[in-house]
Amino acid sequence: MSLILVIEQVLNGLQSGVMLFLMAAGLTLIFGVMGLINLAHGSLYMIGAFAAAAVAGATGSFLLGLAAALAASAAAGALIEASVLRRLYGRDHLDQVLATFALILIFSEGTRWLFGSFPLYLDIPDWLSGPVLLPGGIHYPLYRLAIIGVGLLVAFGLFALISRTRIGIRIRAGEADREMIGALGVNISVLYTLVFALGAALAGLAGALIGAIQSVQVGMGEPVMILAFVVIVIGGIGSIRGALVGALLVGLTDTLGRIFLPMLFGLFMEPTAATTTGSALASMSIYILMAAVLLVKPTGLYGSAG
Amino acid sequence: MGVRRETMVNTLLLAGLLAVPLWALWADEPFTITLATRVAILALAGVGLNLALGTGGLVSFGHAVFFGIGGYAMGILAFHAQNYTPLIESLSIPGTKSMPVIWAVAVIASALVALAIGALSLRTSGVYFIMITLAFGQMFYYFTISWPAYGGEDGMSIYLRNSFPGVNTLVPFNFFAISFAALLAVLVLVGRLMRAPFGLALSAARQNEARLRAVGIDPYRLRLTAFTLSGAITGLAGALYADLNRFVSPSMFSWQTSGEIMIFVILGGVGRLFGPVAGAALFILLEHFLGGISEYWHIFLGVLLLGVVLFARGGLIGLLAGREVAHD
Repeated sequence: MSLILVIEQVLNGLQSGVMLFLMAAGLTLIFGVMGLINLAHGSLYMIGAFAAAAVAGATGSFLLGLAAALAASAAAGALIEASVLRRLYGRDHLDQVLATFALILIFSEGTRWLFGSFPLYLDIPDWLSGPVLLPGGIHYPLYRLAIIGVGLLVAFGLFALISRTRIGIRIRAGEADREMIGALGVNISVLYTLVFALGAALAGLAGALIGAIQSVQVGMGEPVMILAFVVIVIGGIGSIRGALVGALLVGLTDTLGRIFLPMLFGLFMEPTAATTTGSALASMSIYILMAAVLLVKPTGLYGSAG
Repeated sequence: MGVRRETMVNTLLLAGLLAVPLWALWADEPFTITLATRVAILALAGVGLNLALGTGGLVSFGHAVFFGIGGYAMGILAFHAQNYTPLIESLSIPGTKSMPVIWAVAVIASALVALAIGALSLRTSGVYFIMITLAFGQMFYYFTISWPAYGGEDGMSIYLRNSFPGVNTLVPFNFFAISFAALLAVLVLVGRLMRAPFGLALSAARQNEARLRAVGIDPYRLRLTAFTLSGAITGLAGALYADLNRFVSPSMFSWQTSGEIMIFVILGGVGRLFGPVAGAALFILLEHFLGGISEYWHIFLGVLLLGVVLFARGGLIGLLAGREVAHD
């Protein structure tokens, strides 16, 4: 057990954390501005991954694949916003949950129909593959390091977009008072579609980036989406900063728990029992974290009102 | 008039659910009896959720937890009984193949878990509640996958259906009758509860929490009681469902299961006592007939669900029986 292992695992935790942030940021933005809970966010993640795998497979270019992922998921997001979800903004959460659940069924089966049940593979491009030597003699995959970089860059860009630009001002105004900014002459339905497409593109980007590490298959989005829900519950709904802190917390807890909890139990239990107990507990660790946060702050770390 | 028409629709539903397997018994179509048994059991799970969702307004997306706990209660008890290993070694408590005992364990275990999950989740409301119940569902799902003692990811099979005193449960119709009787008993119980002060207060907590507080009733305790009861009913359904398939697996805990239980409630009509019965029947019919036409039948289910949510909010019973009469 060495420092190198710890640093490697912390980097892995960061990597899964920033990807969760891309998911959670879209969800929390959409909830904050439109008051909509979108279960189909995982489908947008899946669409991004499939678009990337299909285009990268056809053209051989990873970057074209990424562009396709952004375009496809943003387009799918804008489409469902304009056709279905727009009708649901004033409805109660139950209707939103059901309608977006129906969208999951349609997207998942539609994708299975188009691409079949076998997973697709998205290859890491040559210029991003292989390990990189970090200070301290740690060999770490370049691609995962690049993912962390992209995630942090997007997080920074999103903060800048929301706090510094005119469109960001409108988004924040939309969160504060929908009717008012409509009355002030902002075309609110265009703004909503834009926000939704932005959130969808973030999910699609995450799906494409993760698609190169894991296999691209139907149903890949929902577990990630539910993790993003845990992130939002921990961070507080509607808060981008909460989403970032929550995502990093969840990513680190999950990754470190999986490696170190079995080791920890190994200190005072026999090896097989330690492995089962440790990994079973690790699979529950983020939910225990969520429960703990809820006990202390029911509206999440950065949430305002429930 | 609406009430009387709804009673008629409800009676027809139950009669239909009983008549189909009776016909199948006469025509010697055991598969149809199994389908009807599935309807009865899934309806029971839906009745459980409907108590929390329809009457209490608690949008739980985690009822698979209780369904799964009921299933695993059956699986674990029967597993130890069929392998002649003690359930708890130090106390040498044996497993059991007796349905009533299994049901009692399933109901108590799922009620306790519902109490714990409810106590935490009900501190929040609205979207938080939906997300948290969904998250706890995933927790149990991943836990059962990573816990190897009872089959882990593969689940486990029980070779023989469990026994019920005085009834040969291996005969498909007999097991249908047991499930149908359980459904009827729970419908009567929940129907009485909904008309009792508890049900009225629970309904009031959904409609106007502030007023309920003003008359001195604590909505938290009321909702927690309803959530616990709701979990216990769905747990019973889980035990029966496991017995029907003689198989339990982590998929009983999956979010799709939670979603499907919710679909039964919605397709039938939220908050209507017999809604889940209509919804489960419709779901099984769709699965059977559409599933026979196309393996992608979930697309049609999705479109139908979308249609119900957007345009027909009373569900099937709402369509058949007209709008619910207002209670003032």
